[in-house]
Amino acid sequence: MNTVSEPKEGLMTDQFPDEKGHFGIYGGSFIAETLMDPVRELQEAYERYRLDNEFIAEFEWELKNFVGRPNPLYHARRWSEELGGAQIWLKREDLNHTGAHKINNTVGQALLARRMGKKRIIAETGAGQHGVATATVCARWGMECVVYMGEEDIVRQAPNVFRMKLLGATVVPVTSGSKTLKDALNEAMRDWVGNVDDTFYIIGTAAGPHPYPTMVRDFNSVIGKEIKEQSLEHTGRLPDSVIACVGGGSNAIGAFHPFLDDKDVELIGVEAGGDGLETGRHAAPLSTGKPGVLHGNRTYLMEDEAGQIIETHSVSAGLDYPGVGPEHAWLKDIGRVQYVAATDTEALEATHKLCRIEGIIPALESAHALAHAVKLAPTMGKDKNIVVNLSGRGDKDINTLAEIEGITL
Amino acid sequence: MTRIATRFSEASGRKLLVPYITAGDPDLDTTLALMHTLVRAGADVIELGIPFSDPMADGPVIQAACERALKNNVSLLQVMETVKRFRETDQDTAVVLMGYMNPVERMGYERFADLAAEAGVDGVLTVDMPPEEAEELVAQLRRHELDSIFLLSPTTPDARIKLVSEMASGYIYYVSLKGVTGAANLDTTEVAGKVAHIQSLTGTPVAVGFGIRDADSAAAVSETADAVVVGSVLVALVGEHGQQTDILHSKLFDIVNGMRQAMDAKAGAAA
Repeated sequence: MNTVSEPKEGLMTDQFPDEKGHFGIYGGSFIAETLMDPVRELQEAYERYRLDNEFIAEFEWELKNFVGRPNPLYHARRWSEELGGAQIWLKREDLNHTGAHKINNTVGQALLARRMGKKRIIAETGAGQHGVATATVCARWGMECVVYMGEEDIVRQAPNVFRMKLLGATVVPVTSGSKTLKDALNEAMRDWVGNVDDTFYIIGTAAGPHPYPTMVRDFNSVIGKEIKEQSLEHTGRLPDSVIACVGGGSNAIGAFHPFLDDKDVELIGVEAGGDGLETGRHAAPLSTGKPGVLHGNRTYLMEDEAGQIIETHSVSAGLDYPGVGPEHAWLKDIGRVQYVAATDTEALEATHKLCRIEGIIPALESAHALAHAVKLAPTMGKDKNIVVNLSGRGDKDINTLAEIEGITL
Repeated sequence: MTRIATRFSEASGRKLLVPYITAGDPDLDTTLALMHTLVRAGADVIELGIPFSDPMADGPVIQAACERALKNNVSLLQVMETVKRFRETDQDTAVVLMGYMNPVERMGYERFADLAAEAGVDGVLTVDMPPEEAEELVAQLRRHELDSIFLLSPTTPDARIKLVSEMASGYIYYVSLKGVTGAANLDTTEVAGKVAHIQSLTGTPVAVGFGIRDADSAAAVSETADAVVVGSVLVALVGEHGQQTDILHSKLFDIVNGMRQAMDAKAGAAA
């Protein structure tokens, strides 16, 4: 039986990152000097408020009353039965306000921005979930909101673009590079450099220069903390496995981090395998990439032999990112988290299964984690428990799903 | 003495002119020819941009140049080969490679330093490599007496100016405005004050760049700066006339030479 165990020797999670934001050789602050001062200002503010009781209390109040936490840990009984092995539990981040885990982080960063006296918020978005979550907190606090979004993604994710506009945000199309998430991030950084005095940049994933990977992790760690409590409540013990999808890796690091020292809990991150790892058309830097430097941190990247960042491919726009949070890179290297990939096809199959069997439409991102549960559950006994982080709901993906089936809505 | 240091020590009151172009835009043969034109127009140091897929600190003009170069898959290795070809006929003009970390990471610091030195490169500026992270790369570059050039910004506090000064050699590049390359015009009076302050904190020459677009602004900045860097305005010309070589060379010569003359006139008037 699993219990909350002593910290695993040599891991000592509370020591990471170091004061310069390094997770082993990963992380750091690889930014131009022009950004150094605002990043330093943010580091100091975060250092101060992360330990401030009033700040923490306000964050928790917002999570409860605005986001709707805690969300349930739901036993997917029929699906578990069909798979014939371990019991599958779904952490229902899809039931948060705005429909995904992204709001945990934007609430936290917006509160920080308010304390720092910043009146203008900028953000990047891929699928649009982070953009919507940012526009939401900006409306909530009466702050100006500018969201950078790749031109390609604006076409692919039209409903979310409209949501952001409804919430009062300005959506700026990004036409440089591959016109997707990574380019939106570049453009937001450029905006920040030029407007450092009044602007706060809310990064949506656990990447970027220090302190972003740590800060985004901390604001999302509520996921893992709740999984822990709810597992004990429902089953009397910790889960045997926790599975989460990994693009930049914010929902996964939030789900995993509280378990890092519980060595009996297996942690599995699932990357976007696209058309299959062997085809090269995917978004799985941890599975196939090499360490490099992009967007302010050292981490695993999808790149060519000359060190140019290459285009990624995934049915899910939210996983379509060539890098990954630096803590994941480190957790891979030390072997604490196992990283695997699920293909587009596997994710789509899992999506349909969950719709039909459990009455839940999952986000295509989260469906990658579900797809791995399909492989894993039958190999485990019926007395074992797997938690899958259902990081978001799939309403945003219905156009994509319909298109794949040749249906025009 | 390194080539960059020689240029500064032999300047005797004259300020150095440092034009930037992106290597491989629109192709490497054109880049090589443009380098020689820049020298004829009065360049002391050429900053040669290493194209990168995600140039975060650059504005739209240099982004577009990177995209044009990457259409032909121009690599760091090929950029170095171009410097080697430049060195076949020019031993005096200093060449600084300017770019982002990832291509250098991919090549490996040691190999990068070896190949850069062998090609005749004099200095390296990787914009997303702050001094805190740069120890290993700087050590590799020092093995070959290659200069490590770092940026300072209007918001850099004094303690950091000193830190940068300890690691930097060749020159320190002061980014004269908040923003990306090619941003709006700069306030030359404000820049002059800041440059004088930086010079009081370091013995390394101070180059000023970002926002310099014509002979007047170059001359004004050169009153205090030890060197003037000009980039986006030249790269915009390459973008516009990349396929009309004759026009490109003559326009590029005119603007750079205009800056040269205005800066020299300023230096002469001051002397």
